[in-house]
Amino acid sequence: MTELIETLVGDAFDDRLKQLPARRAELMALTEASRKAVLTPAEPGGLSHALRALIAVRASERLGDVRMKDHYYEHFTQCEDFYDLVGLVDADATSDDPWLQAVLDHADMLTCRPRTATKADINRLLAAGVGDADIVRLAELAAFLGYQARLVAGLRLMEMSR
Amino acid sequence: MSDAVQDYTTEVLDWRPFVTPVRLDEATPEQMEAMKITPANKKISDYVLTLAHDPESLLHRSPLFNGIMYGRDGLDRGSRELGAIGSSIVNRCIYCIAVHARHYNQATKTTEVVEEIFANETAAKLPEREQAIFDFAVKLSAFPPAATDEDMARLKAVGLDEVEILDLIMSTSIFGWANRLMHTLGEPVPLK
Repeated sequence: MTELIETLVGDAFDDRLKQLPARRAELMALTEASRKAVLTPAEPGGLSHALRALIAVRASERLGDVRMKDHYYEHFTQCEDFYDLVGLVDADATSDDPWLQAVLDHADMLTCRPRTATKADINRLLAAGVGDADIVRLAELAAFLGYQARLVAGLRLMEMSR
Repeated sequence: MSDAVQDYTTEVLDWRPFVTPVRLDEATPEQMEAMKITPANKKISDYVLTLAHDPESLLHRSPLFNGIMYGRDGLDRGSRELGAIGSSIVNRCIYCIAVHARHYNQATKTTEVVEEIFANETAAKLPEREQAIFDFAVKLSAFPPAATDEDMARLKAVGLDEVEILDLIMSTSIFGWANRLMHTLGEPVPLK
């Protein structure tokens, strides 16, 4: 049914979902719509589709999720102008561009240690020239990835325990 | 300007954004649609006005969130709230904790579970069923996610069926999203 389930959990779960009350399949469809809204939005603002995919690749690496990383790397290489960002695929790679590095640092914080977040993190983004709307877009993207990684991890556990 | 709330509470709090929210009188049609602005619903929180900067995400997440937390059938309301609390404790989202601890207490007509979690956080000692649910939520919310097949086996041992387990996974995971917005884009302040 959805790319998320088939690719990251497996076909067997997709079949099983059809046996569950319809509400669960609707929630998976809304998850898929959300994935498109953060990865390939119609109005990307300052965060290009390639940059969003790059952030997803790096977050997947931080999360240690190889299947999710492969999935997003494939998606990344299909984005327009991905080549400009290909040197940053390694999660520890850094950019000389202060705007881009501020975005990547913030995405890392959101993925790995959101409990440490303070107003200073937002002020660093503003100082680097990241606008209010792009700050919210970045938060939505990284936060979605945090949701997706846990949803998928949980669904895999359900599959393993059958 | 009032100081941010730092400690766990079940009080009703306000939320102060770190970025400038969208102005309602300048909102685009897409933003209005995502905020569900209707003639009957013109009072919009700063949180929603902040998220309106990205209307496409807001449009889909709102029904997803509501379906996961308030949808009919499956896992009982209190246990979904406990999943939300587990995630919010790991990510220390004081605002989310206040809302969902309050909802938990209302749904279960108890206060002991929330009091124990406020006192001992992820090390809270709870009755068997609540312990299995809370521990699963805490471990799934860790960075990186750390729930195991043993944690899953404990959920089954305390009687959760497949649909209920799926509901717990979703109610915990959606707070991996919500916490990363609410706790990072603003801060909780006392209600004026």
